[in-house]
Amino acid sequence: MADHHEHHAPTGWRRWLLSTNHKDIGSLYLWFSFAMFLVGGLLAMVIRAELMYPGMQVVDPDFFNQMTTTHGLIMVFGAVMPAFVGLANWMIPLMIGAPDMALPRMNNWSFWILPAAFSILIGSVLMSAFGPGNPPAPNFGWTFYAPLSTTYGPASTDFFILSVHLMGISSIMGAINVIVTVMNMRAPGMTMMKMPLFVWTWLITAFLLIAVMPVLAGAVTMMLTDRHFGTSFFDAAGGGDPVLFQHIFWFFGHPEVYIMILPAFGVVSAIIPTFARKPLFGYASMVYATASIALLSFVVWAHHMFTVGMPLAGMLFFMYMTMLISVPTGVKVFNWVATMWRGSLTFELPMKWALAFVILFTIGGLSGLMLSITPADFQYHDSYFVVAHFHYVLVSGAIFSMFAAVYYWLPKWSGVMYDKFWGEVHFWSSLISVNLLFFPMHFVGLAGMPRRYSDYALQFADYNWWISIGAFWFGISQLFLLWVLIKACFLKKGEKATDEVWEGAEGLEWTVPSPAPFHTFDTPPVVK
Amino acid sequence: MADEPLKRRTRLSVAKLLVVCVCMFGFAYALVPLYDVICEALGINGRTNSVAIVDVPEDMTKDEDRTVLVQFVTRAAKDMPWDFEPMERSVRVHPGEIKAVNFRVRNRTGEDMVGQAIPSLVPGQAASHFKKTQCFCFDQQPLMANGEEVMPMIFYLDPAIPKSVNTITLSYTLYDITERTSVGGVAARQTR
Repeated sequence: MADHHEHHAPTGWRRWLLSTNHKDIGSLYLWFSFAMFLVGGLLAMVIRAELMYPGMQVVDPDFFNQMTTTHGLIMVFGAVMPAFVGLANWMIPLMIGAPDMALPRMNNWSFWILPAAFSILIGSVLMSAFGPGNPPAPNFGWTFYAPLSTTYGPASTDFFILSVHLMGISSIMGAINVIVTVMNMRAPGMTMMKMPLFVWTWLITAFLLIAVMPVLAGAVTMMLTDRHFGTSFFDAAGGGDPVLFQHIFWFFGHPEVYIMILPAFGVVSAIIPTFARKPLFGYASMVYATASIALLSFVVWAHHMFTVGMPLAGMLFFMYMTMLISVPTGVKVFNWVATMWRGSLTFELPMKWALAFVILFTIGGLSGLMLSITPADFQYHDSYFVVAHFHYVLVSGAIFSMFAAVYYWLPKWSGVMYDKFWGEVHFWSSLISVNLLFFPMHFVGLAGMPRRYSDYALQFADYNWWISIGAFWFGISQLFLLWVLIKACFLKKGEKATDEVWEGAEGLEWTVPSPAPFHTFDTPPVVK
Repeated sequence: MADEPLKRRTRLSVAKLLVVCVCMFGFAYALVPLYDVICEALGINGRTNSVAIVDVPEDMTKDEDRTVLVQFVTRAAKDMPWDFEPMERSVRVHPGEIKAVNFRVRNRTGEDMVGQAIPSLVPGQAASHFKKTQCFCFDQQPLMANGEEVMPMIFYLDPAIPKSVNTITLSYTLYDITERTSVGGVAARQTR
């Protein structure tokens, strides 16, 4: 049955460029996001090299601003989001027993837009770095606040706008694909409340993407017309208001941060039960908690802009709503811990990453709770404390969960077990360095070091030296992962993986052979 | 086969989701007037009235017991070659008292230009109680080359202004809108 499809599959580069296979597209997404992770990391290395010592040594302040801006954009839109879309492509059909994604051709298109989008963005950085006299790359911060990006935006802002439009179209197509697949292509018996939590979190994430990516598209379109077509959405001279930009941006921006973390919750909810050899504690409450986080994300955006001047009632509303999010998030952390309670725990690498995620993400969550308190936020706003907060939730949160996912499913993808030694080195090296990198940022932030500056007052010098050491160390640590991946995916060296791979693993993806064949579930499995 | 209904369901789902996308794109634009309406209605964001108040309440009485210090801050935006300053830096007024103040502008260039002043007021909770019956900011300000003008602003404070407010700062930023107002303004902006 499955065989007659095989001879249609193109080979060589055409296999990848013309691919409509969810596994191939998933792999493309994952490799692309890993490449962007390294590029974005390289920009972070420039930032930390400059901040290692007080004073200006490596780059000039304008180039520093270009680095912070493009680091943020590449990591958010190039590394984290496509990584989770890649994971969704690979795993959702396998988890719900579908033969492929619902819209395979659109799937191809939504991936291949991304290299174009990022060539445009990275191109503007290269032009700025290697073409003396060229206009700077986007230098207004990843949040591209007006008027920095409108009245004062460099010429490359138009590249940026086009690039964000393309990224948005790609994400929307990816999200539509996920929703349509999950809604229509589940195997018989796979009811909504039987779906693995990863599928649930991605379904909710996809709805968030559909709701807010068009708002981002609207924001950059307004920027474009403000810059070139005489409108004044954000220009006070023509009756507009730059503060409006912040409202529109964060109406997109806050759901966006949950877009980057909800799939991570799904990954961890898949891994912890496997290595605790117990079913997930409180499955239904996990689903409802995810949905409530998603709904609340639409009514908290202004906590990013407490200091712009807001009426007291507004500040109170956004403060309480933000604090409320910690309730469903707390439910999740509780459930993960309760899943482990009295389980037969073993600590293979995916479990180690998942545990690191639970602990470090909780630290990031707690600093988020501190930031939600309006009067305290007036002190923390735009300081390194904020930088520490969102790197704890995004690096040791979202990205650690990606690492966990890669170690967990790599044997299924490649057919061989990962290299345990270099995997362990990668884990411990990353775990120590990530804390050396981000923990002291809390201290310098509370002591008053502002973010987004290329220099700082002398009293912050020692901490910044250590932070930079942590950054270089964390950056180099990722090369161990590169080696682990090359060894498993290309050299195919390593212990042969069984179909089940992990002793306690549950779910349809473990019923197919390792490596997963090109076509799976041509005949739908029966879910009891 | 069972494929036909699946195809139909897929199409239907895609169509629905695309409609949501288009609506959300529209929603981003809807936020623009919504923002203005909400700010205006709640008197937040330092917005003062942008159209002259014509019906000053007849029975408005001057509150002799208290005064509020109203300070004026003026600023010409970047690349706006006009001098712009208040003739009095601050005035003390009783709530309910109608007060006139003047601002002076001078075009330092040898070209005819058009300016537009944009007000903003702090503290925010006083904004809806600050009523302008006449203001140069309601209109555009054309000024001949090297021209000079005195621009009036008449206002009163609503007697219901909260007791906690004893100082109000009204800030005006003056923008160059010559190109926006002239014919082919957009083209001029493009070629600059």
